[in-house]
Amino acid sequence: MEKKTLVMGVIGADVHAVGNKILYYAFTEAGFNVINLGVLVSQEEFIAAAIESDADAIVVSSLYGHGELDCRGLRQKCDEAGLEGILLYVGGNIVIGKQPFPEVEKHFKEMGFDRVFGPGTPVETTIACLYEDLGVTPPPKEDETV
Amino acid sequence: MKPVLLIDFGSTYTKVTAVDVEGEVLLGTAASYTTVETDIGEGLQNALAALEKTTGPLAFAERYACSSAAGGLRMITSGLVPELTAEAARLASLGAGAKVIGVYSYELTEEDIEDIAAAKPDILLLTGGTDGGNSACILHNAEALAKIPPLCPVVIAGNRSASAKCAKLLDGWTVRICENVMPRFGVTNIEPTQETIRAIFLERIIQAKGLSKAMELISGIMMPTPAAMLTAMKLLANGTENEPGLGDLVAVDLGGATTDVYSICDGSPTRLNTILKGLTEPRNKRTVEGDIGMRYSIHGIADAGGIPRIAQMAGIDEDRTAELIDYLGSHTDTLPDTDELRRLDGALASVAVETAVRRHAGRLEQIYTPMGEAFAQTGKDLTLVHQLIMTGGAIIHSDRVAEIAQFALQNRSDPYALMPTEASVLVDRRYILAGMGLLSEHYPDAALRIMKRELVPA
Repeated sequence: MEKKTLVMGVIGADVHAVGNKILYYAFTEAGFNVINLGVLVSQEEFIAAAIESDADAIVVSSLYGHGELDCRGLRQKCDEAGLEGILLYVGGNIVIGKQPFPEVEKHFKEMGFDRVFGPGTPVETTIACLYEDLGVTPPPKEDETV
Repeated sequence: MKPVLLIDFGSTYTKVTAVDVEGEVLLGTAASYTTVETDIGEGLQNALAALEKTTGPLAFAERYACSSAAGGLRMITSGLVPELTAEAARLASLGAGAKVIGVYSYELTEEDIEDIAAAKPDILLLTGGTDGGNSACILHNAEALAKIPPLCPVVIAGNRSASAKCAKLLDGWTVRICENVMPRFGVTNIEPTQETIRAIFLERIIQAKGLSKAMELISGIMMPTPAAMLTAMKLLANGTENEPGLGDLVAVDLGGATTDVYSICDGSPTRLNTILKGLTEPRNKRTVEGDIGMRYSIHGIADAGGIPRIAQMAGIDEDRTAELIDYLGSHTDTLPDTDELRRLDGALASVAVETAVRRHAGRLEQIYTPMGEAFAQTGKDLTLVHQLIMTGGAIIHSDRVAEIAQFALQNRSDPYALMPTEASVLVDRRYILAGMGLLSEHYPDAALRIMKRELVPA
């Protein structure tokens, strides 16, 4: 089956590069065609990359607390750019302080994100959601094939 | 002695350069008006007669030519996202020596197709989508074009999954399929497209433009003139196996109608905390500023610099400056034969060089992050390029090239423009660069050594 394409990056004036690299390797290992835009990524860059690569999902990271400001309007811009219905994920330390996660999740879902991941989410969780939402059959785990 | 003749059929002048490839010396240069309406060979014969007046009769072993006559190689490009495939397509065409008369992005509308048909390009370049990415746009565009009668050769260099289907849609058109100009996100791959453009230029364009009459006189028209310039600049920077080059360089060709800028360097970030954004630009990059030129496009220079600044630089009052600029714009063959005009031309050339190099160079954007200051770079960083080459009619006859060239350097008022910070300046006083690009096809060592000798410090 053809690989599904993800566009990923760290949004806004955020330069946290390490987690970005880890996610890139994990998503690639999980069988996705990954376009990694790195750090300091604007909404427009996510959209341009998704258009050219005909992406199936945009995975946004934010680690520095300004996620809410940076992510606002992304869904609307996607709609405007012809990316209606594209899967949008966001994760990381997306808000400042200790707000209860259910409220944060609700808020970002209202902003148009399909999935919202809090701090400390294992990458396997995100990958499982991607498989489910994109209708991909997960590859058999290595230890099960032995 | 083995004399070789290099010919540049320009839109106004036919320029000839004679070299001895055995002695690796320049024998002479001359020019005469291009005669494309009657027989292009006439202008060539006149230029040759002028040349042989200074050199004596020469029995040329080989003759090569480049051409920008009859409008040059006129191309229209189309891509998907303006900053991505549409930009890659534009850069590919410029690097192939084309005059890009239209750039389209996203889906072509019926009006766009009408405009394209009316513009009558020599070649149309269709791109869009990474390999495995978007194919809907390029397919739509091929289908939309197929509704009008075949216009010109089409080069398809988009998403490889869609190429064959595009070719099928354009039934009856001359179609060439190339590798994608942007196979992966942000990665440009423009050389295959440039090879194809050049092949079409050789096979079809020369004939269509009535330049083939000159063909029997010469061993071949090899390429459009700007492509010859870019070839010369690559050779001068990179050198050959036997002769070292000058290293990374920037070249400015200031003409009457346009200003071309060439850079041969990687242009990667040179500062800490700098992240490269967007399209990775080619190592051998050419840009053309269609609104910046010393006569036909003089008003573009006035707009870019502003009359007050140009007046101040020239030491002429503002009203007089505006009056002279209007005069020069409508009397395009005026030479700067008074002190006043020389000062004005010096000021105009300075602003033209500054504007064209600033647009060619990359740019930094300062970003304050919670982790401190960071920079996002788009385009090429030329700050560490230390060699500047100056050419073009308004430059090579000027006695203030050193002064004008300073305007190609980074200015304190705009430290985020990634222009060279310091550079030694060489001038193409004998106007040989395009000729040396042609010569380098068969005699790269000779071409390089002649350039190194004939380019003189400003």
